[in-house]
Amino acid sequence: MEEQKPRDPRRWQILALASLLTYGVTVLDFDVVPAVALTLVGVAVLTQWLASRAVGLPRFEVKSALISSLSLCLLLRAASPREAAVVAVITILSKFTVRARGKHVFNPTNFGLVVGLLCIDGVWVSPGQWGSAAVAGFFFLCLGVFVVHRSRRTDVTWAFLAAWGGVLFGRALWLGDPLTIPWHQLQNGALLLFAFFMISDPKTTPNSRAGRIAWAVLVATVAGYWQFALFKPNGLLFALVLSAPAVPLLDRLVPGERYDWGAAPTPSVPTPKGPLSSAPISTPAAAAQPTPVPLALSRSRSRRRRELPST
Amino acid sequence: MFRSLQSTPPLSFFNRLRPAVACVLFCLAGLSATPASAFCGFYVAKADSDLYNRASKVVIVRDGDRTVLTMSNDYEGDPEEFAMVIPVPTLIGRDQIHVGDRAVIDHLDAYTAPRLVEYHDDDPCQSRRRYFADTVMEMGAAPQSAARQLRAESLGVSIEASYTVGEYDIVLLSAQESQGLETWLREEGYRLPDGAAPVLGSYLKQGMRFFVAKVNLDAQARLGYTDLRPLQIAFESPKFMLPVRLGTVNADGPQELFVWILTRTGRVEASNYRTVRLPSNVEIPEIVEKDFGAFYRQLFAHQAEKEKRRAVFLEYAWDMAWCDPCAADPLTPDELRRLGVFWLDEPGPGRRFVPQQPAQDVFVTRLHMSYTASSFPEDLVFQETKDRSNFQGRYILRRPFSGDAGRCSEGRQYLEEVAERQEQEAQRLANLTGRPLKEIRREMALGEKPEPKPWWQRLWRDS
Repeated sequence: MEEQKPRDPRRWQILALASLLTYGVTVLDFDVVPAVALTLVGVAVLTQWLASRAVGLPRFEVKSALISSLSLCLLLRAASPREAAVVAVITILSKFTVRARGKHVFNPTNFGLVVGLLCIDGVWVSPGQWGSAAVAGFFFLCLGVFVVHRSRRTDVTWAFLAAWGGVLFGRALWLGDPLTIPWHQLQNGALLLFAFFMISDPKTTPNSRAGRIAWAVLVATVAGYWQFALFKPNGLLFALVLSAPAVPLLDRLVPGERYDWGAAPTPSVPTPKGPLSSAPISTPAAAAQPTPVPLALSRSRSRRRRELPST
Repeated sequence: MFRSLQSTPPLSFFNRLRPAVACVLFCLAGLSATPASAFCGFYVAKADSDLYNRASKVVIVRDGDRTVLTMSNDYEGDPEEFAMVIPVPTLIGRDQIHVGDRAVIDHLDAYTAPRLVEYHDDDPCQSRRRYFADTVMEMGAAPQSAARQLRAESLGVSIEASYTVGEYDIVLLSAQESQGLETWLREEGYRLPDGAAPVLGSYLKQGMRFFVAKVNLDAQARLGYTDLRPLQIAFESPKFMLPVRLGTVNADGPQELFVWILTRTGRVEASNYRTVRLPSNVEIPEIVEKDFGAFYRQLFAHQAEKEKRRAVFLEYAWDMAWCDPCAADPLTPDELRRLGVFWLDEPGPGRRFVPQQPAQDVFVTRLHMSYTASSFPEDLVFQETKDRSNFQGRYILRRPFSGDAGRCSEGRQYLEEVAERQEQEAQRLANLTGRPLKEIRREMALGEKPEPKPWWQRLWRDS
């Protein structure tokens, strides 16, 4: 009897993002133009397919493209489908081109948004669109916790929220402001979306827990500087891009187990199938590995084989 | 936006600003004015901000870090008692301060005001096409001495500059800590509301100065102005924000704020609050025409309540070069310059708008909010988007055909449709404003809600 594979958490991510998009459009009256949304999804999926073929990947990771494009639908606002298409292409291609140590460096959605904001006319992000309704925040929280839990990288989210809360409450205490101000800043759907769906991307976070916590604190610090010292909008998005190059450094300083979608959590005892061999993006050779593979061997194999782009 | 304070003799700030009845200016004028041709209905009336007698009005002109802030207030009391304190991000020099013209703000207000347009139904027996009428109605516009220096220094307060500009005496203050500033302001005769000191302290720690303006009675008498003209300041700062917290300290009810923002790029929105479009482009009953201002007030109040006063409402976003329909002509380059638009190459004194005129590279956003200290705990922070799509508060009257429509079968069908449409308009008005549906239906003289006829009665109506 074949051992049951762990479920790929990305399906839940897609469901959660689609639910948020529906909620945003129907309840919060987001400025989501159907033509722009369809363009984002269509172009992202098409680019993923073309790029996969171009670099000779054995599988077409549609889930990855769907997550990136749905995130773009939630965050990106564009004057016309043309600008949206350009951002979608940049987003997906960044996974294939901007890589270090076998991983893509930037969270694709984050990279696409920042490049779009900096370089493309007719593109913007509305961080205030979520409002501060406590009910909505709670809803995001529940959904996000669920998704993050399934991708087993909750530590980076909690570390970031704690660090960002520290920045906001620390600033309020220093200024002598009432604590309703940092609470209001925390009750922001855009922040929760960032914490649960973007910074938690396991492919672009450090491999070790200590590295992830240090990195989350770095992102919060940079975002605080961006927002409260430079007085610029979209601090979280820019902080994540600016902090991304620190990930390879942290991986070198504090090595850890590399993440694979769909793989079981790192076992303490080797399983009959190595944790990486059950990954849905494994190469045929790796998937066909018949004998128990010690964890150390699995790690070394993962470094040799080609890493496949995904979110 | 800003907190008006008072100097001696003491008189409660709130008493001065407490009118028993809303001062609603509602004049119907310009009935014979040149009809405004438009694609989307004819302009009938507008509802501008003078309907709100306690509103602060601010115009922000911004490109990059360069900012020109124009502040207008509706103060109508004794000028001697007027004072206002505004946190500003930088030191402001004498030549960065200007006294503006309220008429330009009133024009901007009128140009961006929500508007009522009308369509006339055609004779159903002749043609089912609708055409636009030529009726245009307009609704009225919607506002030291050395010892002193020593004392200030002993309290840790620094009088960084002191000017007289127009009818105003202006001092720019910084301080080491809020207690000294509060003491100095009180000693100078300003009555600070309780709870202001921590807010002052917060602004001080953020490196902000305080711009304090009082009326110089001699200068005012010499200049011959009776009302207080808007104050304008020009500065460079990366902070694109509006300090609203002082205005909510001990406020007796929601604060009304109108902000017009003129940029080169596109629409401006709040980045730390939700920006919501005011419901627009809807057909409403003809009874609204009697008092469009009241409709707008009810609409805004109801929508603000629905959002729990946590939202910033977008009422207008448009390229300044044109309008459709026009509640007022777009501002001339000269007027724009007087508001602080510094990037216009050719001011063109008093040039009137013509449709063929190229874009003036000015995009105007009108934001309106009604807020309290709890719903708007932090200062408003704005961001400029690259969105140049147009939006306006536009409400539509559809006039039924007034002739004898019942003389043909199409006409009888049409009358049934009109009855259904009016019922829907009544329900829409109730939803938008929160007014009781019964009251609306009574005012519209609608009979009992008609029972919908079976669908097959319409199927063979000609046979």
